[in-house]
Amino acid sequence: MTALLSAESWQYRALNAKNPGLDFLSDALLELVAEGHPVIAGSADLQYSNGLNKFAHAHPDRYIQFGISEQNMVTAAAGLATTGHMPFVATFASFLGLLCCEQIRMDVAYCAQPVRLIGHHTGISLGFYGTSHHATEDIATMRAIADLTVISPSDGSQLAAAIKASAEWPEPIYFRIGRGRDPDIYERGAHFVIGKAIEHGAGEELTIIACGLPVHPAIEAARQLNAAGRSVGVIDMATIKPLDREAVLRAAGRSRMLMTIEEHNVLGGLGSAVAEVLADEGCGVKLFRHGIRDEYSLIAPPTHLYAYYKLDAPGIEQVASALLDGRPVPL
Amino acid sequence: MATTETSAASPRAQANDFSISPSELAALREKARFVRLETIRLIEIAKTGHYSSAFSAAEIFAALYYDVMSLRAGEPKWPDRDRFLMGKGHAAVGLFPILADLGFLAKEVLDGYTRLGNPLGDHPDMRKVPGIDFSSGSIGHALSAGAGIAWGGRASGRGFTTFVMLGDGEMQEGQVWEAALFATQHKLSRLVAIVDRNGYQLDGKVDDVIGIEPLTDKWRAFGWEVHDVDGHDLAALTELLRRLKADGARQTPVCVVARTIKGKGVSYMEAEPGWHLGYLAPEDAELAIAEIMAREI
Repeated sequence: MTALLSAESWQYRALNAKNPGLDFLSDALLELVAEGHPVIAGSADLQYSNGLNKFAHAHPDRYIQFGISEQNMVTAAAGLATTGHMPFVATFASFLGLLCCEQIRMDVAYCAQPVRLIGHHTGISLGFYGTSHHATEDIATMRAIADLTVISPSDGSQLAAAIKASAEWPEPIYFRIGRGRDPDIYERGAHFVIGKAIEHGAGEELTIIACGLPVHPAIEAARQLNAAGRSVGVIDMATIKPLDREAVLRAAGRSRMLMTIEEHNVLGGLGSAVAEVLADEGCGVKLFRHGIRDEYSLIAPPTHLYAYYKLDAPGIEQVASALLDGRPVPL
Repeated sequence: MATTETSAASPRAQANDFSISPSELAALREKARFVRLETIRLIEIAKTGHYSSAFSAAEIFAALYYDVMSLRAGEPKWPDRDRFLMGKGHAAVGLFPILADLGFLAKEVLDGYTRLGNPLGDHPDMRKVPGIDFSSGSIGHALSAGAGIAWGGRASGRGFTTFVMLGDGEMQEGQVWEAALFATQHKLSRLVAIVDRNGYQLDGKVDDVIGIEPLTDKWRAFGWEVHDVDGHDLAALTELLRRLKADGARQTPVCVVARTIKGKGVSYMEAEPGWHLGYLAPEDAELAIAEIMAREI
């Protein structure tokens, strides 16, 4: 039995004071257990980073410590699922979505086992930990795997709601989440439907389609632009696969221009998924894909990186203004 | 037939009598012979296949499926069934005939082995083939999957045993050893790994490619109970597996290193390990069939 820091310990409180979002994952899983779902949680030596220590403390018989062996964790979770359990296994997105890509394909998706994969600290949210800990390719790898759902919640409440919704979802799911410091967008208990985008205002000039952490600054940037007389809407595309094609087409029909924003390489991610819909349907609307431009991110504290890559509200506002004015995008 | 008679609760197991009778042994030998003959027949349909990998495992298949494992052919997802996973999924050509023989799938399905739309390919697919407990094909995953199954079975209060057949070349995959550590840490005592130690992989002798000896010491060092057995000695193999399944006191997972011969049963394959993947011309197939029919293993 692993020694656990209790949820009341000073270490846990210290961590949680920095990352208030840590509770959302465990709390949602605790609710699923209370509702009678056969949840088993597991992590690979990162229970204090993803907050699952709270779940482990409450249900030690439902928690599996895998140690630093992510591939074993994913495959074992698939085996576990065949015995009627619903495993939620979590580690850094860089390891889950890249190191474990083949285990996810072969053992989870191909075997059609209802494993819930939680890739946390995704994108460049691990800042100066560097490229090994950045995940700017995981949307691309995960959405190319057949029979795998991909969800990228934009805040803690939406994460909790998506976890709750996953209990009734037949396919395995890859959740791409931040590090628990995401600012709030939604109220606690907000409704979430897998595969349905959430629209924040309609823009005649521009619709921003974003997922994950950039949704909050995108809403803020749109607010500033609209206050200056522009017409900009935002779509929170929390489910990347299956993509809400109707929402994309509505935006394409309404707006002069579309812009996707993701904490991910602009190749293969949300922007590519949106571009595929536009191309499939013959939409001529201009699309600008904003994100990490096919490079390895610099290292810096995350907020510095978001400013540098123009993924914070002022940066998004600058990029959008340039697009709207027909000026070169300042990247 | 695989039955529940050899389960831990059976009178014979309670009496700690795991010995195999002459008639049981004779019947199992016929089943191993059947595996080899069917392997030749099916690969004739595909025009290429893993003869010798299936031949080295024929006795292991026979002991498990016709004696040791508790199964219900009419209920392939029976929650209390014993599980079998193949790390060396490329030997599935030897398992499919057994599944058909036991009634998990119609015998006619075998006749379309590897043909368009048929569920049976070179590797086993749990979504397509009733009786397959987990898909495989990518070497090195199966022990992890088996460990997860064993953990889940214990958490559900079920007493089934999970058998995982591994290739000896598979020992070169790092994930195997991740699973080995995990199974020991979590005391997965209902997990039994069987290493088909036939000594060869695609590029040559395992010990010339990347050596794995001392193999039993490695598993022991990882905290596993280890048994070394002649993988073609059906009596010894069956008695050992019966005993391992019935042992409710064990606190560790078990590894059986089954010493086997690649291509066992056909002397020219035994002499030429290049038969890992191949195709028998009709006259060679006749020779092989004649030897399999005549030879006692």
